[in-house]
Amino acid sequence: MNTPLVIKSTTVNGSTVLAPQSDIDMSRAPTMRDAIKSALEAKPSKLVIDLSVVNYVDSSGIATLVEALKWTREEKVGLTLAGLNPRVKTLMEITKLSAMFTTRATVEEACKV
Amino acid sequence: MEREPEISIRIFSDPHLLATVRGAIEGLAKCVGFHDKSRAMLTLAIDEALTNVIRHGYGDQTHGMIWVHMWRSADPRGLRIIIEDLGKATDPSKIKGRELDDVRPGGLGVHIIKETMNEAAWEPRPSGGMRLTLAKWLNAEELATSYPSPSNPEQSNS
Repeated sequence: MNTPLVIKSTTVNGSTVLAPQSDIDMSRAPTMRDAIKSALEAKPSKLVIDLSVVNYVDSSGIATLVEALKWTREEKVGLTLAGLNPRVKTLMEITKLSAMFTTRATVEEACKV
Repeated sequence: MEREPEISIRIFSDPHLLATVRGAIEGLAKCVGFHDKSRAMLTLAIDEALTNVIRHGYGDQTHGMIWVHMWRSADPRGLRIIIEDLGKATDPSKIKGRELDDVRPGGLGVHIIKETMNEAAWEPRPSGGMRLTLAKWLNAEELATSYPSPSNPEQSNS
């Protein structure tokens, strides 16, 4: 049975950083979606989603990231994904979404973008 | 499919149970000889298939029955998987992934399944619900670095 998704939220150099602490699948994607919406209500200059401890994302998780991209574009907020592991990168490639997102290896690099 | 599956799982259509099935698939795929990237995609494809059953077959109700049967196959070497449910039947010709140029949430599951698996066939079950038959074979690199398992009945009988 899946445990609930815990998402750490911090501010680094003026950027809001959301760091989900476990895999994002169909059961957890709604929590991620709510966290992104709440973060954007605070009108940050930039949103960074730190995926460095996320080993698995399914298409529900990818759909949530696509929604985040749409919302940040509407709000004119920069969005960067940080710390993607090879499995998540493969998923982004197979769904041809890698080119749509700005990605960085670490949160520190993402906050400089 | 003549012999008994290596693994059979019956779960309720509850998204919180998907991680349990992912663990079983990952373990059997490693046993067969799939490398990390193939295992990741195989696990994802099965997960997407189950997600579609929960969402579309059972309309997000969590008490529907889903059966997952997995066989190792010897020729070609790889895995065969059958997923069955008692949910709403769908015309197989209408099961399509969306165009990837259309960037929007949702609709990626069927695309991921077809992209990942060597075979993917949906059909209505005569007694109701749907059956999805899937197969994925080892690629050349995986074949070169893995060995047939002596405990595989299909191989030991041949």
